[in-house]
Amino acid sequence: MRSVFKYLAVASLLGLPIAGHADTGDAEAGEKVFQQCKGCHQVGAGAKHRSGPHLNGLFGRKAASLDDFRYSKSFQRAGAGGLEWHADTLDVFLENPRAMASGTRMSFRGIKNADDRANLIVYLRTFSDDPANIPEADPTAQALDHDLDPAILALKGDPEYGEYLSGECTTCHQAAGGDDGIPSITLWPEDQFVVAMHAYKTKQRNHPVMQMIAGRLGDDEIAALAAYFKDLEN
Amino acid sequence: MTLNRRTFLGASAVAAATLAAPMVRAQGKPRVVVIGGGAGGATAARYIAKDSKGDVDVTLIEPTRTYYTCFFSNLYLGGIKDIDDLGHSYGGLAAGGVNVVHDWAVGVDRDAKTVTLAGGGSLPYDKLILSPGIDFVDGAVSGWDLSAQNAMPHAYKGGSQTELLKAQLKAMPEGGTFAMVAPPNPYRCPPGPYERVSMVAHYLKANNPTAKIIVADPKPKFSKMALFQEGWNNHYAGMVDWIGEDFGGGEVSVDPATMTVTIDGEETKVDVCNVIPAMKAGRIAEIAGVTDGNWAPVNAADMSSKADPDIYVLGDASQQGDMPKSGFSANSQAKVCANAVRGALTGSKVFPAKFSNTCWSLIDANDGVKVGATYEATDEKIAKVDGFISQTGETSDVRKATYEESEGWYAGITADMFGASV
Repeated sequence: MRSVFKYLAVASLLGLPIAGHADTGDAEAGEKVFQQCKGCHQVGAGAKHRSGPHLNGLFGRKAASLDDFRYSKSFQRAGAGGLEWHADTLDVFLENPRAMASGTRMSFRGIKNADDRANLIVYLRTFSDDPANIPEADPTAQALDHDLDPAILALKGDPEYGEYLSGECTTCHQAAGGDDGIPSITLWPEDQFVVAMHAYKTKQRNHPVMQMIAGRLGDDEIAALAAYFKDLEN
Repeated sequence: MTLNRRTFLGASAVAAATLAAPMVRAQGKPRVVVIGGGAGGATAARYIAKDSKGDVDVTLIEPTRTYYTCFFSNLYLGGIKDIDDLGHSYGGLAAGGVNVVHDWAVGVDRDAKTVTLAGGGSLPYDKLILSPGIDFVDGAVSGWDLSAQNAMPHAYKGGSQTELLKAQLKAMPEGGTFAMVAPPNPYRCPPGPYERVSMVAHYLKANNPTAKIIVADPKPKFSKMALFQEGWNNHYAGMVDWIGEDFGGGEVSVDPATMTVTIDGEETKVDVCNVIPAMKAGRIAEIAGVTDGNWAPVNAADMSSKADPDIYVLGDASQQGDMPKSGFSANSQAKVCANAVRGALTGSKVFPAKFSNTCWSLIDANDGVKVGATYEATDEKIAKVDGFISQTGETSDVRKATYEESEGWYAGITADMFGASV
């Protein structure tokens, strides 16, 4: 996180636009991960069904929807139930295939490493329609979940000031990080903390008390609180 | 010194040379030169001039006096729009502070940072924005080259070519054949050829109902395919024969002298042949040395060229990641670029890149469909993050509303490109 914030601070000084958080992986690394799948699945030019279906045009496809492959009952049910293959459903599936479709013939334990999955998904994505040519094709990245001014995100908070201001928070939120009905606010990544507080301030998040508290905090004060709470361990 | 003819001529030649290489630097103001006055270039020029409030000197180089949009040109073929509805002058841009030069840019000297004009003279720049649209790949369709564009028009740049294709459509004999050779990916306006098929069919249904349309397509599928095919069945049953890659649609040659098209070995005599060849970035991008293959790679965050940080490439000519090549995309990219260029030159605030696109297509009068998406800049490319598309089986009310929305968009984007008319 710290290095990201250094980049943000430098970028904002230079007036550079700041790269989004849109998810991307590395297709080349993904091709290596795909070695594990190759025993049963083919992808690319001339790919055919093996014990598993070929994976061309996978993204945006309904599960079990290729006419010429004999799917397990489990996948047929999943397809009939509306399962479609997108980056998010593939991520869940690849982490633990049997959790999503218990009777599948796919005897694979899954890929526990999230980066490996992300890379594999980016690699497989290259064999489905390209949105540049077919604009309705599946997305290739996830949107930023906020539109906060990068200059606000780039503010470097003063944790000492944050500690002073935190008195107002710890009346309800436990400094020790416990959650007994009121959420824990310690050890949050700074950017998430700042985004959340500004969402209350601009009333995009609904909670009357938080809207009131955040409403009178300035940008520097929110940054200070984020800087303080991010390291608060007891 | 007595002025004889010789010294007089010499002196005036020096004076002329001085005029031909004008020192346009306006008292140290930063200078932006924009090449190409379409959806990318006109928008970028207008926004930089408008938002810098005179602090940046903006010159737009565009050969035509009246710009005919390529978008909506199919509606002119269908008889739904007039050619005059598609023409726009640059008066609004000039009045808005843009120095509009009607000339061809023929050279870019990246070391000296100057642009050479066909009419002589050169323009210095601090930042150069290239938005030249498309040119065609030589030899892309066997038997066709630019010298054949009168016999077999591409009509894929707005204006005279569009009017030519319309004239040929009108002159088709009763029960004649209209052929289209569709382009391979990637190309300007993914649904464009299929909207054109729809609008040609719309015209023929009313004026020449026994005529036929054949499309030879090197692709196995295309954007909004289900929507177009549903519409062709509903409105123009039996008129359109689309031959995709699987049936040899990519194995095509044409003969403009005999007006024949050969698809997968089978020769057909046709009455009109609309050849839309494979495309590449407008030639000046290649001359500037910012292309890699057919297109100019750009940094997604600000549309700057990967080959030169002082050059930006917009619209169809750029290798723009997930965004389709469209007027909407170019206009969207132009605003991101204008913001970044102005920031670099004047220190104004630069905001993160946000891109969007929508392509509306008209299948029949009041039967409009659309596909759209939002995009963000990642380190590698402009990436699609969300989108929508019209559904098959929508009610006629929904389709009519979609068409009306597209008319509103046309009014909006042309005002955004050219400013208020004078």
